[in-house]
Amino acid sequence: MNLNPYIIELLQVLTLLGLAPAFVGWVRMVKCWAQGRTSAGLFQPYRDLAKLFSKEVLLAENASWIFRFTPYLVFSTAVLAGGIIPILSLDLPLASTADVIVIVALFAIARFFTALAGMDIGTAFGGMGSSREMMIASLAEPAMLMAIFTVSLANRSTSLSEIIQVIYSGQSVLRPSLAFAFLAFILIALAETGRVPVDNPATHLELTMIHEAMILEYSGRHLALIEWAGMMKLFLFVILGIAAFAPWGIAAKGSLLGIPEALVYMVLKLGAVGIGIVLIETGLAKMRLFRLTEFLGAAFLLATLGMLSFFILD
Amino acid sequence: MSVLKAAIVSALKEDARFRARHYPESVIFCVVPRAKFVEAGRVLKKAYALLAAEWATDETPYVRGYAIYACYRYGSEYLIVKSDIPLDDPVFPSLTKHFVPAYRFERQIESLMGLTADKHPDARPWIKFEDWPADAWPLRKTFDASKPLPRVQGEYKWARAEGEGIYEIPVGPVHAGIIEPGHFRFQAVGETIINLEERLGYVHKGIEKRFEALSWDEGARLAGRVSGDATVAHSLTYCMALESMTACSVPDRANWLRALFLERERIANHLGDIGAICNDVAFAFMLYQTMRLKEMLLRTNLRLFGHRFIMDRVLPGGVTADIDSQGITDILGELNYLSQEFEKLVVIIDENSSLEDRTRATGILDPETARDLGVVGLVARASGLNLDCRIQNPFPPYDRIVVNVPVLIAGDVHARVWVRVEEIRESIRIISEILTTLPEGDITTAVNAPWHDTSGFAAVEGWRGEIIYWLQAGPQGEINRCMVRDPSTLSWLGLERAVLGNIVPDFPVCNKSFNQSYSGHDL
Repeated sequence: MNLNPYIIELLQVLTLLGLAPAFVGWVRMVKCWAQGRTSAGLFQPYRDLAKLFSKEVLLAENASWIFRFTPYLVFSTAVLAGGIIPILSLDLPLASTADVIVIVALFAIARFFTALAGMDIGTAFGGMGSSREMMIASLAEPAMLMAIFTVSLANRSTSLSEIIQVIYSGQSVLRPSLAFAFLAFILIALAETGRVPVDNPATHLELTMIHEAMILEYSGRHLALIEWAGMMKLFLFVILGIAAFAPWGIAAKGSLLGIPEALVYMVLKLGAVGIGIVLIETGLAKMRLFRLTEFLGAAFLLATLGMLSFFILD
Repeated sequence: MSVLKAAIVSALKEDARFRARHYPESVIFCVVPRAKFVEAGRVLKKAYALLAAEWATDETPYVRGYAIYACYRYGSEYLIVKSDIPLDDPVFPSLTKHFVPAYRFERQIESLMGLTADKHPDARPWIKFEDWPADAWPLRKTFDASKPLPRVQGEYKWARAEGEGIYEIPVGPVHAGIIEPGHFRFQAVGETIINLEERLGYVHKGIEKRFEALSWDEGARLAGRVSGDATVAHSLTYCMALESMTACSVPDRANWLRALFLERERIANHLGDIGAICNDVAFAFMLYQTMRLKEMLLRTNLRLFGHRFIMDRVLPGGVTADIDSQGITDILGELNYLSQEFEKLVVIIDENSSLEDRTRATGILDPETARDLGVVGLVARASGLNLDCRIQNPFPPYDRIVVNVPVLIAGDVHARVWVRVEEIRESIRIISEILTTLPEGDITTAVNAPWHDTSGFAAVEGWRGEIIYWLQAGPQGEINRCMVRDPSTLSWLGLERAVLGNIVPDFPVCNKSFNQSYSGHDL
């Protein structure tokens, strides 16, 4: 028996909303262990969100509608992306309406408005963060598209569901182009989600911040929405990587048994990726800001090599 | 005859009078007419002396008016030049043209003592804020510290940079971390810092004024609170200045214990700094490891000496905490463990290329600038200046301990980290030496009150660098003036220069590598 695709869609979004904080909690937890500390537990991000939701919103006097609107926009684009990327099943009504390029564009919209909101109030830190974020965007987005094109070429579609169908049908073979695209994707994901060595999500030093600098003026439920969206973005990037490079486990049809099975696979994969993130973040210091051009340039180069090798070798 | 004294004598001839009643006698004290104050500085600069401190006193209790003092250092020599200033003409000639550090000393004198620095390039107040009445000079004897001051309106004129693409970033005075308050104003083009202006004074507590209302014994406790992370070094410097005035001979065992406390303070702070510097470039692992080791030291301090930071354990005449053979065994065992753990961390610091990429060539303070600015302590030693009071002016027991300090010439963040690493190793060795040769005997002795109109001086190498105290006794034998010169007063200047040309996000790690005290500077 198959579940109604709309129920699966709903399940996906609920999984995203519910598990994204737990994934961040897991990363923090493993990080604490790696540094020889006691962790605050898997559920600390939920408590943080609950705390922020219960606090009042303090708005600067000159905050415009952009500033108030941005948290909702950022949050809803993340949720929408969660409806498109196959987290549990391929049988998604929304998946056919939008392909992976749209996902990149969704994140770009969120980023555009966050950058505007960062400048809206006119504090020095906000503008500084926006300018840095845009610098990263200008380097990361082309590289991201390039990596996606490589995967799409190899699997003959830009729709994630169809890419996975191709992989499942056995028509996809291990190609060097995919290896290049995968490496590029890792570098881009680190930059897009603001992890070490690109940005430090745990820092209190305003002058070194990138993403955090833009949202310094947010408080209360606005901040909660942005934080939650940030957690979902990290979650989605990992899921995106899984879907494009290692989809095994995602249910082809939304069967009653397939969905829980997909969930188990997903949790295991997320757990492993979380450990990988911690290893990177514990072993590396943050890069100097202008090293990012080299870092993301390398990502672009890898993605391009992937595409070239597709045409030359395959 | 000392080099500095010879220079003064040959240039100023009979204008310079060398005066007794200033202790210790190794520090030369000379009085010159006000008109010759700058001339003396110029002569000393030619003799390669550096300005270590400049301060003013209100000597009206002696019916003398004000006086301006400048303390110069050359190698192991200290020389203090004093000029009297009449009450009705509170103006003194500025040394800023010859010595960069005088720039802030003199603004501070003008703000707090109300003596005008003649020909000083910058008339803005320092430490005193614009909401203070213009004629409130707290260090004058006529100022009543118990009365609240009326608030006035005023404006501080910041250095401005104008042009296309220039961006001004005000940071502070309240910062996000648990650090003290201070304002930094950057002018940046893109991300490159073209100017940094510091504004300090937010933790001005009136410590120097407060000393004048305390007894000599209470003064030692207040000195221990000037900058809490250097409490041993500050109270030790105060005590040594007082003991030199009163010809007090501190028991040998007390001297060795003081050195023990001083070195433990150095290790604990350096450990914390190394971790904090790494944390500023998102290498948090190191912070937690060094904090763990630091905490271990602090807990041992609490157990053996009764206070985590060994506060109030150094008092005039000796120390108040002793150590028994069990304590010695404990510390030696702890040091052994510390040394092993620390060496493992040093390997990581040394071999992690991402960390090295951030610290190398960041925040360079070149040796020439460092010398011009007169920075001291570990900042100086990372910039090629071989300055360490434990070597140049060995106070007991350092006259019997060989101290090897590293001097690096790179002057970048990495050099400042590495100086700390080497100093921790050296301090571990020094403590082992102290504990194995600790003499028996008393740990405290009586201190007489100083004679009236005497003054005392002491310089001690705290963990940040040279701390100077200058004490002056009043007519009734009370404290007439206590001048505190924390190393931060000089080394803060170095930060302004070191960050030029660096990018804005590298400022926090530059700042942390200096880690100067706000409290010790603002007093």
